[in-house]
Amino acid sequence: MKTENSNYVSINGQKFEIKNIIGESIMANKPEKFIDENGLRLDGRAVDEIRPMTIEIGVLSRADGSCYLEWGKNKILAAVYGPRELHPRRMQKPDEAIVRYRYNMAAFSVEERARPGPSRRSIEISKVSRDAFAPVIMTKYYPSAVIDVFAEVLQADAGTRTAAINAASIALADAGIPMKGLISACAVGKVDGQLVLDLNKEEDNYGNADLPIAMTQDGEISLLQMDGNLTKEEFKRALEMAKEGCKKILEIQKEALKKKFASREEVVESLVEIAEEKPDDVQKEIELIKEELETEEFDDLEEDVEQDIEEGIDVIVIKTDESDIEISEDEFTEFNEDDDLETDELEESDTLEVGEKI
Amino acid sequence: MDREIVVPGQLLSENVEESGAGTYVKEGKVYSLLYGVANLKNKISVIPFAGKYIPSRKDFVIGIVFEITSSNWIFDIGSPYDGLLHVSEYPKRVDPSMMRDIFDIGDCAILRIKDVDATMKIELTLREKGLRKIKGGRLLEVPSSKVPRVIGHNGSMVSMLKKETGCEIFVGQNGRIWINGKDENMDKLSEAIDIIIRESHISGLTDRISHFLQVNEEDNKKCRNEEDEVDTEQKESWEKMTSVNEKDSERVEKINDTGRMVDQLLDTDEN
Repeated sequence: MKTENSNYVSINGQKFEIKNIIGESIMANKPEKFIDENGLRLDGRAVDEIRPMTIEIGVLSRADGSCYLEWGKNKILAAVYGPRELHPRRMQKPDEAIVRYRYNMAAFSVEERARPGPSRRSIEISKVSRDAFAPVIMTKYYPSAVIDVFAEVLQADAGTRTAAINAASIALADAGIPMKGLISACAVGKVDGQLVLDLNKEEDNYGNADLPIAMTQDGEISLLQMDGNLTKEEFKRALEMAKEGCKKILEIQKEALKKKFASREEVVESLVEIAEEKPDDVQKEIELIKEELETEEFDDLEEDVEQDIEEGIDVIVIKTDESDIEISEDEFTEFNEDDDLETDELEESDTLEVGEKI
Repeated sequence: MDREIVVPGQLLSENVEESGAGTYVKEGKVYSLLYGVANLKNKISVIPFAGKYIPSRKDFVIGIVFEITSSNWIFDIGSPYDGLLHVSEYPKRVDPSMMRDIFDIGDCAILRIKDVDATMKIELTLREKGLRKIKGGRLLEVPSSKVPRVIGHNGSMVSMLKKETGCEIFVGQNGRIWINGKDENMDKLSEAIDIIIRESHISGLTDRISHFLQVNEEDNKKCRNEEDEVDTEQKESWEKMTSVNEKDSERVEKINDTGRMVDQLLDTDEN
């Protein structure tokens, strides 16, 4: 309904003006011109310029990853929890993690109070946004787990779904989720018959078309929706413009992530230490610590064993540790069934014990 | 510079051979999978800034029992996946009816991961030296990505913490840290660990923590000697308790009745 005269409907040949709930004409605030003679838009931007964006990372202490993003007058808070255990179990995928994405507009995010709770619109946006992340999130690393993404719109000013995706992308990186790359999203619209990048509220409400896209760093499009009318040529051009916008946003996202630590040098300095702790090293260190603990423990163990010899119980179970484990492992691969393993192992230790007693 | 902060999807190298942990290869080029630090030694690997603990074989972890089945204790090991400790992995033969006496819900243990399969079924074991039930002391939780910082280079941080506070420390790979010692010392130690986590990205960490602990120590110098005595006393009783724990559970109950254990039990309750 975003054609030039869509503020009128004709019923039985008679024209009615569409009015909003208070009775004002919805076109009451419509500006006469969206682009002035200098080629600048209402908020002073050029047609291919995005609104200023600020990103803050790690704003929520209890989330695994979080991000607060302001984009023009949009204010988005994104939180990522997980990978974590998924309940109910029947929803689990045995070979990969599932991603849940919740896009929600706060009741106070728009001028007219929005009814809280999921709406048709927010359910749809949640679905397409979740799918927008499908090509990058390495879900195979976390079988049967879930990654939860929550995107809350605190203040809306057109293009909230793209803003939410940009925020969620940062929050996912902050949570340490393995991804092939970041996702950036941005919209192109048509006002006054001209294509413009990153619509603002007026342009969105009274424009002729809105084309939000999300893409990976390689330019692979993972979300594309269209509202309104564009010609084939306009669509192609709009797509190119949106891709350019996404590239700019990707740079902002990268910069924000790299700037998270106050001073880069400090981090790099400390990295020397972190980086040198390879998993193997860490293991060895832990074993080192263990050894210290063991020296205390060991005497006790010895005592224990001696005690047992006197009483004639359980010695074998301790001493055949290794072989027991090996046997059970073989059997595990053969039958791949727990119950078999359990009974076999129990029987085994039983017979061994008897043998020792004799 | 051979170390750099990288973001997911950042190009790291054009040589496929160099692809290490935390990277992926696409069209003959190596990219980062994670937000973290790229380490260009030998192979390029990316160490993440954050992330949940994902169990892997042979890791030492600290687990908390949250469910008991007919043949398994199920441990929460601070990861998306639960750990199973089968009765046969307990150093002693255990009758299924006695399982609750050995580990009840809420009990903690130092465990080792015996095996992890493709569906992330985690098998734990207690049948190794040093693995045991935890009694007394406190359990702290830190992000698992910060564990290397708590341990320090070649264990420097942990041994310093141990020396300065006189507490026992065990750091699990899953980010759980068990400490045991005098209350004041444990307070100090947990504060120090808080600082480690908060300032882990600023250089000279070990020195700063050492300084922090020493300043504290001067204040307490007077009662230092008394503390030492109590420390050894506590240690003795603790050692006795663990050795008892290794034996059959009847004896544990007997010893539990004696007044000697009261302090220990109070300790546990406080936490």
